[in-house]
Amino acid sequence: MTAGARLRLPVNEKDHMRGPKNAPIVIVEYGDYQCPHCARAFPIVEQLQKSLGDNLLFVYRHFPIAESHPDAPNAARAAEASGRQGRFWEMHSLLFENQSSLDSDSLVGYAESLDLDMKRWLLDMDSDAIEDKVEEDFKSGVRSGANGTPTFFVNGSRYDGDWSFEPFLEAVSSEIPSR
Amino acid sequence: MSMLQPGQRAPEFALPATPDQKVSLAEFRGKNLILIFYPADWSPVCSDELSVFNEILPMLKDYQAQILGISVDGPWCHQAFAQARKIKFPLLSDFEPKGEVARKYGSYREGEGTSERSLYVIDGEGVIRWSYLSPMGVNPGADGVLDALESLSHAEVSR
Repeated sequence: MTAGARLRLPVNEKDHMRGPKNAPIVIVEYGDYQCPHCARAFPIVEQLQKSLGDNLLFVYRHFPIAESHPDAPNAARAAEASGRQGRFWEMHSLLFENQSSLDSDSLVGYAESLDLDMKRWLLDMDSDAIEDKVEEDFKSGVRSGANGTPTFFVNGSRYDGDWSFEPFLEAVSSEIPSR
Repeated sequence: MSMLQPGQRAPEFALPATPDQKVSLAEFRGKNLILIFYPADWSPVCSDELSVFNEILPMLKDYQAQILGISVDGPWCHQAFAQARKIKFPLLSDFEPKGEVARKYGSYREGEGTSERSLYVIDGEGVIRWSYLSPMGVNPGADGVLDALESLSHAEVSR
């Protein structure tokens, strides 16, 4: 049912994650690099990471709304291709910080600024494997009830509340068991 | 007013999809149909909701399913909205008499004069197979619709 939508694809080794795997709070974001709300959410997630430290595992999955955001799928591939060289999160930050320039040339420029092996990066950008990863992320989001971008799942349940920093921090903090 | 339930026959309708073209329920016999009632063009939650359904159109081919959006906005408004958001499924105008179809589907809000945010899955014989009323302000997503279509296609295979 749509009410109380649940994350259908558990966090797994294909995911990009930050934080300890056994953290009491797991936030999975379905996001789109060209979506202005996601760019607004980006520093909020970073603040959460700072405030919660080892209590938070953050996972990012792609949910490009391609009809409204034509550069979003390519930007998602750029992040994945950078991830193949261990630099997913650096590219992730660059994409949100430079959201107004996500055309192909700009993406190449961001990859160069990370000193990536460009030959490999360009091959990865066009690979089926990366295309499939972005599509799998999108489909898992749809099946889980992702309803726009960003959609957050907190410990497996869709978070329909306010995701500005303070209310979000308060909501997720209740998931930490008291000792 | 309460939502229609699975097993009930879907009420007929014929509504404008463009300023000079109507679309009726009867045209969808033999296909599965998703009806999306939403409050208004342009409002942020509705737009996100429709964008997600827009993106799943390729996934719906497997289920022989089509989508119609319905709100009380007029056809010219729908046209501008669909163009701006690149919505690729028809948006029907429940405009005159206002909200008549939404009322038949238990999806009209008297005070506001708009539709509720509700979803229906109707099978090829015109029978409702799934329905869902979303809380206002919460975008329902497409998970429930896809689950319903999946169980429908299983039911048809085993028939």
